[in-house]
Amino acid sequence: MEEKLYLQPGLTVRLLTAFIRDEVEKAGFKNVIFGLSGGIDSALVAYLAAAAMGKDKVHAVLMPYKSSSPASLKDALAVVDDLQIPHTVVNITDPVDAYFANIDGILGQPASPLRRGNRMARERMCTLYDLSVELGALVLGTSNKTELLLGYGTQFGDMASALNPIGDLYKHQVRQLSRFTGVPASILSKAPSADLWESQTDEGELGFGYDEADEVLIQMVDLRVSPHTLVEKGYDESFVRMIAERIQRNQYKRRLPVIAKVSSRTVGIDFRYMRDWGL
Amino acid sequence: MSNRQVLALGQIQPVLGNVKANLDKHLEWVEKARNEGATAVLFPELGLTGYHIQDLTLEVARKRSDEEIQSLVAASRDIDVAFSFVEESDQHLYYIAAVYASRGEIQSVHRKVYLPTYGMFDEGRYLARGSHFRSFSSSWGPCGMMICEDAWHFTAPYLLSMGGAKLLILMSSSPTRSLNQPDTFGSQAFWHRLLEVYAQLFGVYIAFVNRIGFEDGVNFFGGSGVVAPDGTWLKEAPILDETLITVTIDDEAVRRIRYTVPLLRDERPDLLVQELKRLERTSEGFEFR
Repeated sequence: MEEKLYLQPGLTVRLLTAFIRDEVEKAGFKNVIFGLSGGIDSALVAYLAAAAMGKDKVHAVLMPYKSSSPASLKDALAVVDDLQIPHTVVNITDPVDAYFANIDGILGQPASPLRRGNRMARERMCTLYDLSVELGALVLGTSNKTELLLGYGTQFGDMASALNPIGDLYKHQVRQLSRFTGVPASILSKAPSADLWESQTDEGELGFGYDEADEVLIQMVDLRVSPHTLVEKGYDESFVRMIAERIQRNQYKRRLPVIAKVSSRTVGIDFRYMRDWGL
Repeated sequence: MSNRQVLALGQIQPVLGNVKANLDKHLEWVEKARNEGATAVLFPELGLTGYHIQDLTLEVARKRSDEEIQSLVAASRDIDVAFSFVEESDQHLYYIAAVYASRGEIQSVHRKVYLPTYGMFDEGRYLARGSHFRSFSSSWGPCGMMICEDAWHFTAPYLLSMGGAKLLILMSSSPTRSLNQPDTFGSQAFWHRLLEVYAQLFGVYIAFVNRIGFEDGVNFFGGSGVVAPDGTWLKEAPILDETLITVTIDDEAVRRIRYTVPLLRDERPDLLVQELKRLERTSEGFEFR
C-alpha cells in the first residue's frame, strides 16, 4: 500500500509549486493568501506557496476561536517563523459568538456543535476572501483528497478556494510531502484535528484512521477497484460500504450548485469553457 | 537533399483561446530558431489555440487560407515551420491539424486521426477525426506527422514509415500524470519507452515536441526531445519550462541503422493487408471497430 500511495516528492513539489505560480500569475495576481491552522494540510500549503511565490508574496491568516487549542496557534506561528512569511492573526470569537447570540435567541435553542463548526469554517472563509481583496491575493485551498472524497469539510467554508494545490493528495501523501518540505516536527506528529471544539480529532470523529481510509480510497477511486472486489480481498465489508457511501453522499459538496436547464445553453451543462479561458 | 538538418523544438506555453497571442509567440520563436541556426522549427499540438478548447472551438478554428495561418506559413520562407491549430473544413468540420510549411508554402497537413475521448479527454465531443497518415517531403527528406494520441496507435508510425518517412514529427499536449515513479512523471516515462521502441522498430528519427503550462490544474510536462533511429535520446528539453532546443539530425544515422537492422526491408505489408482482410471477412476479428 505504501507503494501505491508513494509520490516522488521532488517532482511533486516541482509540479505543485509550478501550479501555484502559473495559475496565480496567469490570473493577474501577485500574491496568495490562505488560512494557517497549525495542522498539517495548511502547513504543507504554506511551504509550497512560499517555495512557489517567494516568502513576501505569501500571506498566512491565523484564525483561532476561543476554544481552539493554544498548541494550534503555536504550531501555526512556528510555520510562520520558519518560513519568515507575513501573517495576520484574526480572532474569530467575537463575530462567531455574536452570530450565535443572535440566532440562538431567534430559534430559542443553542446551536449544535455541527452548526457551530460550520459557522466557524465559513467565518474563516469570509475573512480570507475579504483579506484577499485587500491584499490582491488569491485564496489557496487546503483540503486534501481524502477529505474531499469523504466530504469531511464544510461546503463554502474550508472547502472554498480559488486554487487548491493539495486537493489531489491523500492524507498519507500530505504527510509524506510535509516531511520532505520541512514542516515542523510538532505538526507532523500530532493527531489531525479540525479543532472546532476541544479534544476533537478527525479520526475520533470519523471513527476510522486516515491511513485505513486512504488504503481503500486509492483502490476504489484511482485504481477503480469495486467495493465488492475489495471485500473479496479481505477488507471489512461495513468499512468499505461506509467509505463508498460517503463518497457518493458527499458528491454535492464537490460540485457547483445545480442549475435547472431552461435555455439551449446552460452554465455548467453545455456552456463549456475552462476557467483558464484566455489565460 | 541535404544530409543534415538542425531541428528546433519550440516547447511553448500557449494561451488558452487567444490565437493572436499564440501566433505572435510562434512568429517570435521562428525568428529565435532561425537565429540559432535551425533549418526547421516545430511547435506542439494546438500551439495556436491551447488544448482544452471545448466551446471555444467555433471561435478559435481557422481555415488554411486564413490570414493568421498564412502569416505563419509565410514565415517558412527560409526555415521550415511545423505548427498546429484547429482547422475548419469547407464542410465546417473541426480538426486538430498539423501543418508543415516550407519555402513559404504548405507542404503537408495532417489531421489528428485518433481523438482520445475517455478519462480526462473529451476531444471526440468537439472535433472530427482525420482519415489518413501520409508522408511528405520536407527540405531535409521524407517526413511524417503525428499528433499526440495518434502515436499511441502503432498504425501511425507504421504507415508513415512504410510510406517512406525518415523523420516522424510528433506534436503533443501531453498531460502530467502519475507521480509515483522514481525520477520521471508516469506519462513521460510511457512516452519515453514508446518512442525509443518506435525509433528502433522503424529506423526513424522521432521529434517529440510537447507543450508546457497548466490549464485548470492540468499540467503539460514538456520534456520535448529527439530520439535517434537507434533508440537513444539525442537531446531533451527540461520539464515544466518554456524552452527552445536545437538538435542536429543526419540521414547517415538512418542509413546505418537500416543496414545493420533491416527491419523495414523485411516488413511484409502484403501479409498485413492479407490478414486484415481475412479478419474483416470472418467473425473473429475487428471486434473493437
